[in-house]
Amino acid sequence: MIYLDNSATTKPYKEVLDSFLKVSEDFFGNPSSLHKIGGQAEKLLQQARSQVAKLLDVKASEILFTSGGTESNNLAVKGAAMANRERGKHIITSSIEHASIQNAMVQLESLGFEVTYVNPDANGFVSAEAIKNELRDDTILVSVIHVNNEVGTIQPIKEIGAVLKNYPKAFFHVDHVQGVGKVPLDFYKAGIHLCTISGHKFHGLKGTGALFVKEGVRLSPLFSGGNQEWKQRSGTENVAGMVAMSKALRMTIEQRKEKLNQMTAAMERLRDGISQIKEITIHTPQQKNAPHILNFSVRGLKAETFVHALEEKNIYVSTTSACSSKKKAASKTLLAMGVPVDEAESAIRISLTYSNTIEEADKTIKAVAEAVKHLSEVVKK
Amino acid sequence: MMYDRILVRYGEISTKGRNRNKFIDRLRKNVKRALSDFPNASIQADRDRMFILLNGEDSDEVGRKLRNIFGIQSYSPALKVEKELEEMKDAALELFRKIHRPGQTFKITAKRSDKTFELDTNGINSEFGGHILRNIDGLKVDVRKPDVNLLIEIRKEAAYISAETIKGAGGLPAASGGKGMLMLSGGIDSPVAGYLTMKRGLEVEGVHFFSPPFTSERAKQKVIDLSEKLAEVNGHFALHIVPFTEIQQAIHKQVPENYTMTTTRRLMLRITDAIREKQGGLAIITGESLGQVASQTLESMYAINEVTSTPIIRPLITMDKQEIMDIAHTIDTHDISIRPYEDCCTVFVPASPKTKPKLEKVQNFESYFDFEELIMKAVEGTERMVVKPASERKDDPVDDLF
Repeated sequence: MIYLDNSATTKPYKEVLDSFLKVSEDFFGNPSSLHKIGGQAEKLLQQARSQVAKLLDVKASEILFTSGGTESNNLAVKGAAMANRERGKHIITSSIEHASIQNAMVQLESLGFEVTYVNPDANGFVSAEAIKNELRDDTILVSVIHVNNEVGTIQPIKEIGAVLKNYPKAFFHVDHVQGVGKVPLDFYKAGIHLCTISGHKFHGLKGTGALFVKEGVRLSPLFSGGNQEWKQRSGTENVAGMVAMSKALRMTIEQRKEKLNQMTAAMERLRDGISQIKEITIHTPQQKNAPHILNFSVRGLKAETFVHALEEKNIYVSTTSACSSKKKAASKTLLAMGVPVDEAESAIRISLTYSNTIEEADKTIKAVAEAVKHLSEVVKK
Repeated sequence: MMYDRILVRYGEISTKGRNRNKFIDRLRKNVKRALSDFPNASIQADRDRMFILLNGEDSDEVGRKLRNIFGIQSYSPALKVEKELEEMKDAALELFRKIHRPGQTFKITAKRSDKTFELDTNGINSEFGGHILRNIDGLKVDVRKPDVNLLIEIRKEAAYISAETIKGAGGLPAASGGKGMLMLSGGIDSPVAGYLTMKRGLEVEGVHFFSPPFTSERAKQKVIDLSEKLAEVNGHFALHIVPFTEIQQAIHKQVPENYTMTTTRRLMLRITDAIREKQGGLAIITGESLGQVASQTLESMYAINEVTSTPIIRPLITMDKQEIMDIAHTIDTHDISIRPYEDCCTVFVPASPKTKPKLEKVQNFESYFDFEELIMKAVEGTERMVVKPASERKDDPVDDLF
């Protein structure tokens, strides 16, 4: 099996599963319980928090544990919007965000907020200048994805953060789900107030995530309840999941040091090989792109057909983002970049992780070439 | 790699006369420990300054470690070059190109301790400024508030070029000036008091009063966690856990309720003083702040302080609560301190403690019972543990979980 859909989800590391199992079995206490068993669970949760904070270079008190990327994104944008609605009701985001941002924005619009969607240029980049042009006195929140999940473009977060320094009313949220462990980001230097990560995108477990909330930033909670996580996120803490996530993050960052070159080489090989095929157009630009995502279209073929064709050869890739692929919708990032609809409907995403190799890249190129040839013949007939 | 070294400027060490070498040596050890994650970096300490030779390590990452070390006034990532004018100019330009972004202004700051160098400071300013202006389009000089201040320093052995000066933590090198015992309750104030005392070069050991089952293991764990934070300064922090239950029970039998707080504090101070003597310390440190609670009025302090003539250092005495909390946030102890577990001071607090206790009265109440024996017993039963910083903890049995 060659698994090349790591932006949809990753396989949990064996060591991560071991931790999850051990904590679930031996330290099952509720961290809020006063007795020793509760105390142990609380200590583990604190240790997990400190470790995540240290790996992200922020303070432990700035890490809030959640159930994943969707919750973190929702908590960030709705929480910041609701907590600051007296200061203004204008929000800026891009038109190439993940569905959990996009649909949260739609909901905020129905609650009376005004949302401006900034389009990327033809290469898929949202410029700091474009954001700056939309900023107003009543702008309270700007939310931009770091690494786009569909084409892998790296947005100029640092530059946008620099622009926002002159707008003290506007908070800055960054969706870092695809970037974490792959494309480093200095939260403090970039002037970020809120930042989302998700455990299962870096070999942790589904149902685990975190939101960085910079010291001093107040959110209106989504959940009411027992006031866990500094009253920002009620619900009994997923201690085993968070311990597992902190381990997954450590291992992924270590993997990056060891194997970034290997993964980059595999990606270069893939890009070179696939771009030779004349029916294929590559959408991921060659600069300012994440090292693990490649998006391309196969002319005249439906993306889903192509996914199944590769599946027959035991190679797993994706249409657009996993969250929207079931709806058979064209990639909205590509549409926003100005790619024609039929091309956007035939878009394929390959996403790597550190264990992928050059050999796998070679096999994939061969399989893609064969599938294109075979399917084109069928379609022509 | 932009820089090959970091230049470290000492704080008040330079005024310490004959003890200077001792201070510098202490600082060198503290820096070495802080940089243990960077095996290639090496340290050269001389009388006026210290150089950290990066040997390939990242200057930003190394710099971040320096920021919390007491005794460092400031530091600058720098590049060493031969005192050949053309070579220096090229190096300055190359460095400038890497850090300058379009639209930013600059100036040159020259320093020349080697008076034999061919140019004086004005000459260096115009020569280097001119060279950079000629090579970068649209660049402007701003001598008042430049975005980039390029420092060029000519010394006897070589020239150093750097572009920023980052403020250090100040103070005196940790553990360079004797030992004191910190009364560590678990609240917000005492860790801050300990930290500020360490800033002035004292080695600090903690004393915590533990009253099971009135206070829980988690209250004790909280103090251990705070100790881990304080251990970051020195690499370790000694913590004394005093068994206090029996004494508290005796106090409640012997002393009228509104005076129990005063007596409790007096006995805590006596025990701390006895531990101090055993450990060879010369001071006691507390987190007291005037008027904050009943035990911290001037009258209370007068009645409590009477039990010892050992110097009591109270770094927070004139600070407001908010100021103290701000420091607690920066040293990362605040969130541990606010964990809601009872400590021995909160469990036994009387409904209305005397805010103006009389010394004669408390002496009288205490005279009917011999506390000395219980004090000796508590001191003997005290557990001493050495806490390592969380960042260095390695042998924890649950570590393989992470």
